[in-house]
Amino acid sequence: MIAVELRKLFRRPRTWVTIGMLNALPVLVAVLLAVTDLAPRPGEGPVFLSAVLTNGTLYPLAALAIVLPLFLPIAVSVVAGEAIAGEAQAGTLRYLLARPAGRTRLLVAKLVSVIAFVLVTVVVVAAVGYVVGQLLFDVQPIGGTTLSGTTITPEQIAWRTVLAIGYITVSMLGVAAFALFFSTLTDSPLAAALGALAVLIASSLLFTLDAASSFAPYLPTRYWLAFVDLFREPVLWRDIVRGIGLQAVYVVVLVSAAWANFTTKDITS
Amino acid sequence: MLLGLVLPTEGEVQLLGEPMPTRARRVLPRVGALIEGPAHYGHLSARANLSLLDAAGPGGSRRTRTARIDTVLEQVGLAGVGRRPVKDFSLGMRQRLGLGAALLRRPELLVLDEPTNGLDPQGIHEIRDLLLELNRAGTTVFLSSHLLAEVEQLCTRVGVLDRGRLVLQDQLATLTAPTGATVVETPDADRVRAALDGRVLRTSVGRAVVRGADPAEVNAALVAAGVPVTGLALERPTLEEVVLAAASTSADRVDAPGERSRR
Repeated sequence: MIAVELRKLFRRPRTWVTIGMLNALPVLVAVLLAVTDLAPRPGEGPVFLSAVLTNGTLYPLAALAIVLPLFLPIAVSVVAGEAIAGEAQAGTLRYLLARPAGRTRLLVAKLVSVIAFVLVTVVVVAAVGYVVGQLLFDVQPIGGTTLSGTTITPEQIAWRTVLAIGYITVSMLGVAAFALFFSTLTDSPLAAALGALAVLIASSLLFTLDAASSFAPYLPTRYWLAFVDLFREPVLWRDIVRGIGLQAVYVVVLVSAAWANFTTKDITS
Repeated sequence: MLLGLVLPTEGEVQLLGEPMPTRARRVLPRVGALIEGPAHYGHLSARANLSLLDAAGPGGSRRTRTARIDTVLEQVGLAGVGRRPVKDFSLGMRQRLGLGAALLRRPELLVLDEPTNGLDPQGIHEIRDLLLELNRAGTTVFLSSHLLAEVEQLCTRVGVLDRGRLVLQDQLATLTAPTGATVVETPDADRVRAALDGRVLRTSVGRAVVRGADPAEVNAALVAAGVPVTGLALERPTLEEVVLAAASTSADRVDAPGERSRR
């Protein structure tokens, strides 16, 4: 069943178009920076972007930081919102369930395929960022400097980038869980995706509000940028661990809710 | 509810002798269904659609999959377009593919909802022949349709639903059995009344209904009286009359009663 869902996802032209478009902005930014030589000053603009002109090996991270606040969550919401609601809208859900695919199995397979999509997307963005960084910017063979100012080796950058890819994937799982839950509530994939995005926008807005500070640590977007802490010396694990824990709570609660709703729902569309 | 899509609030459902939906994983692979029209993934080919659906549940062996897909595409007349994406298909082709998906595991029971929807007359004839052939080979076909002609041509046992309740269920042959009267076609219905006084039940233009289940005897009496006769037949209620009599509500209700019938 999982193999079936993965085949469906990755044989769909839309999936690759989404991933392709997701890469357009970082590539455009890289070209602009390389042509004009005008990088944002340190502390301004997306993280890592100020450093890439002098060190292209950081561009995968800059690319991820560019798509992380909006583009990546949109893509994840659309794919996860599509999961059940898309099948319901197309009418294929009733055939899958009458096959019988089994409701729990179907939901698990959808969850796995969404996670696969997130991982593939993040890896592709990082890979494209790497290629662009190598082509357009100076690459310092001796490694680079951390955000704390100390130097690190290329191997250090490589494994920290891998960790960052993993952390960003985990960060997106909360969004995916919201969209998947909404996807079991409605027959409209658009409504499910927009619902998840609404949650994120609300979360980002509340995060900036002092009046909401009492529950700010529990907002789903709270620790998204904590992957930056992987590039401090020494690595600041506190927010990263909290971020992973928070996403895990969201995923468990929302997937349970999705399961409870989907397995007891009358499929009439 | 039969297929586990809608969960019952009370009561029990048994399908092929097994309780539903608790035994769905065991029973449903033995059932093929076409529910509320076909549905496929438009960007995938007919073959890919069948293959994915077959792989999505138990009871479809991977080894025989390609051969089974070839067979059903042949059966429903789509062998030539198996590799084309379904979004290019006409409604009739989608309907055929939906039927093909239902046949993929040689089901013991076929549950079909308006299977000839969107097909042209030749297509309807083809599908009807296919269903009759499957039935001869031992498949039970459960058909739900508003098209009474389709029901009359296919079904042996008929049920009528009126606002969600089964109000009638019997053999089609019993329901449309002769009423014991003979229909006489004649250019002059009034002379029939004169010749067979007291036996004429009703007349209309060119037609008279006479009591008596022996057309030959009625014919002899009319010819002896010099009444011209152009046609004679035993009177049978049409399925439409049976349905209208059984289902009380007027026909223009939005939720017009469907007919469920079974072979």
